Amino acid sequence: MAEVQEKADSGKGGKKRAKKMSVHLDMTPMVDLAFLLLTFFMLTTTFSKPQTMEIQMPVKPDNIEDLTPVKAENATTIILGEDDKIHYYFGLVDDNPELITTDYSANGIRKVLLTPRIRQNPKMVVMIKPMEGSRYKNMVDILDEMKITDTKRFAMVDITQQDKDLVQSQK
Amino acid sequence: MPRVKIKRSKPTLDMTPMVDLAFLLVTFFMLTTKFAPDDAVIVDTPTSVSEIKIPESNVITIAIDKDNRVFYGVDGQQTREKLLDKIGQKYGVSFNEDQKKAFSLTSNFGVPVRQLPGFLSMGIDDRKKVNQPGIPIDSLNNELSEWVWQTRLTNPQVIVAIKGDVDANFTTINKIIKTLEDRKVSRFNLITDMEARPTSL
Repeated sequence: MAEVQEKADSGKGGKKRAKKMSVHLDMTPMVDLAFLLLTFFMLTTTFSKPQTMEIQMPVKPDNIEDLTPVKAENATTIILGEDDKIHYYFGLVDDNPELITTDYSANGIRKVLLTPRIRQNPKMVVMIKPMEGSRYKNMVDILDEMKITDTKRFAMVDITQQDKDLVQSQK
Repeated sequence: MPRVKIKRSKPTLDMTPMVDLAFLLVTFFMLTTKFAPDDAVIVDTPTSVSEIKIPESNVITIAIDKDNRVFYGVDGQQTREKLLDKIGQKYGVSFNEDQKKAFSLTSNFGVPVRQLPGFLSMGIDDRKKVNQPGIPIDSLNNELSEWVWQTRLTNPQVIVAIKGDVDANFTTINKIIKTLEDRKVSRFNLITDMEARPTSL
């Protein structure tokens, strides 16, 4: 509401001047509205865009025999089990390796990935084999561990029956 | 002695700078805001140390909720309209104009193609209440594969993002990854939440 405020008459009967008027605009409703909008937009806005992890799966080869098998000394297998457990072994499953069970904590699989056996062997390939009972979080966590420990050579591989039997036999 | 006249003027506060600031902020928020899309499911994503941000447009989002239902979404209203036409032709399902319009405004959905016309005819509020069964991803009836393929034909720039729930089963995720590989999508993104990188190894 605009209001015109007249300047108080000075009382002296001087010359008739044009009365000076200062226009005051009551801005309160406008400010109310502005802050209402401000609050609305501040609360509805989504600033954080979700993070993503890029993964590149190998292109399927036309002929499976073109692939060269990994040597036993260059292979590590990590099996993602049920109930957030990790089983891992070095070498190949045919050699009946020792299966060790650990977890996703900082002292678990991360310590394993940082052992000299993996770190100081540039040909070491870490094979990640999730079991049917594992959940999506396990997969993301293990990929994350690969990133944290800067393990470059790893692959997601389907689990084999031999691996499943090995896990079963350890229970 | 003349009486001292008290000026009877209301105390006024000059609100102009405050208003300036308020409107500046309103303008800022109005222009930068991007409303959170109305997702069909709540997906609790796992955390990772990855710091790559997902692009704002041309993204296919495949969401998997904790009950292993699969939801499909792609951004861009025009892309969605064209996509629906193609899928309709492919499966012999016809959609009317209202349903097409409704589809172009749906950010993601989880119903098989046959049930899609019925789903799209519902009001927005009813659609939220209905229990969506998820998109079939079985090897016999893999509709997800068709959706991804047709979307890529419609908009070749799309990238695929998988937004899985923490408790989603790996078997389902694996099926989706295999589906994508069959469609020659070997690079894709996993949507995660932020997590601090450990300072020492």
